[in-house]
Amino acid sequence: MINYLWAILIVLGVLYGSLTGTLGEVTLGAIEEAKAAVALGVTLIGVVAMWTGLMKIAERAGVIQALTRYMAPVLKFLFPNIPERHLARKHIATNIIANMLGLGWAATPAGLNAMKELQKLNKDKEVASIEMCTFLIINISSVQLISINMIAYRIQFGSDNPTEIIGPALIATIVSTIVGVIFCKFMMKVKTH
Amino acid sequence: MKMLMLFSDVMIPLIFVTIICIGLSKKVPVFDAFIEGAKEGIKIVVDILPTLIGLMIAVGIVSRSGLLGFFTTSLKPLTDQLGFPAPLLPIAMMRTISASATTGLVLDLFKTYGPDSFVGRMASIMMGCTETIFYTMTIYFMSINIKKTRYTLVGALLVTLVGIIASVIITYSVF
Repeated sequence: MINYLWAILIVLGVLYGSLTGTLGEVTLGAIEEAKAAVALGVTLIGVVAMWTGLMKIAERAGVIQALTRYMAPVLKFLFPNIPERHLARKHIATNIIANMLGLGWAATPAGLNAMKELQKLNKDKEVASIEMCTFLIINISSVQLISINMIAYRIQFGSDNPTEIIGPALIATIVSTIVGVIFCKFMMKVKTH
Repeated sequence: MKMLMLFSDVMIPLIFVTIICIGLSKKVPVFDAFIEGAKEGIKIVVDILPTLIGLMIAVGIVSRSGLLGFFTTSLKPLTDQLGFPAPLLPIAMMRTISASATTGLVLDLFKTYGPDSFVGRMASIMMGCTETIFYTMTIYFMSINIKKTRYTLVGALLVTLVGIIASVIITYSVF
C-alpha cells in the first residue's frame, strides 16, 4: 500500500510536470523538500529527545503509571485483548493524552513505542493486528480538545474572535471519534468471530 | 484569550517543573534518567528520518508539478454541487497526506479570505478534527515493518470524511 502510494505520487507528479512544462519546478521541489525533511528531522531530534528524556523521568517516578490508570477503563473498552499490565497500554495512554492536549510532537514517540509493543503481541509480524488498526483509526480521528496552533494562526491573521472555533471543532472531533470507535468495534467483532 | 495564551506559554515549563519535582521526591536520578530517555528519542527520529525524506519528496513533486491544483480545478463543479467551498478542497486533500503542507495552505487561505470568513472558519474547524492519514500510517507502520495494513485505511478515510462533513454542517449551522 505505502509502496504503491509513494510510487504513484511521484510518477503522476513527474508525468504531469512533463506535460505542462513544470519539470524545472518539480526538480527544484524534490530537492528542496528533501532538504526541508532533514531540517525538520534536526528539529524533531531535539524536541523528541527533550520529551522522551522528560518522560523517562516521569516513568521512573511513576507519573505515567498514574495517568495510565486513569485511562484504564477507556483502554479496556477499546483494546480488550491487550494484557492488563502490558507496556502497550502505557504508551497508548500517553499518546492519547498528548494528542488531546495538542502536543503532537509528544504523541508521536509514544505512538511509535505503542506500535513496537503491539508488534510484540502480534502473531503475524507483517500484518497489522486488530489493536494496531484500532489504535491508528482512533489516532487519525483526532482526539484533540483544543487546537492551540490554529488559534495562534487566527490571531496572527487578525481574527476578531480567534477562539470561536473551539466549540464547533470539539463537536466535529467528538462526532468523528465516535464514528471511529463504532467502526473499530464493529470490525473487531467481524474479524474475531 | 490571554488565559489561553498564558496556558500555552506555561504548559511546557510547567510539565518540566512538575515532572522534575515529582522525580526528585521519588528519589529518581533526574538528569541520568533524562539522558537515557533523550538517547531513545534520538534513535526514534533517526529511524523515521528516511521515511520522512521520501514522503516529503513525493508531496513536493505532486504539488510543484501543478497536479494538485489541476485536481482542485477539475473537481470544482462537483464540490459546488455538494455545498463544499472549492478553496477548501486542496486543504481537505492535502490534510490526508502532509500536515506541514496543509498548514501552509490554510495560512494562504487566511491571507486571501481572512480567518473570520466562512471558508476561514470552516478551514479552522476542519483542521481541528482531522489528522494526516498517509503520514501517520506510513510513520507508524513502517517503524515496525508492517506490510499489510488491513482495514486501517478504510477506517481512517471514514473518520476523516465524517470529520469534514461534520465541520461543514456545524459551520453552516453555527455561523
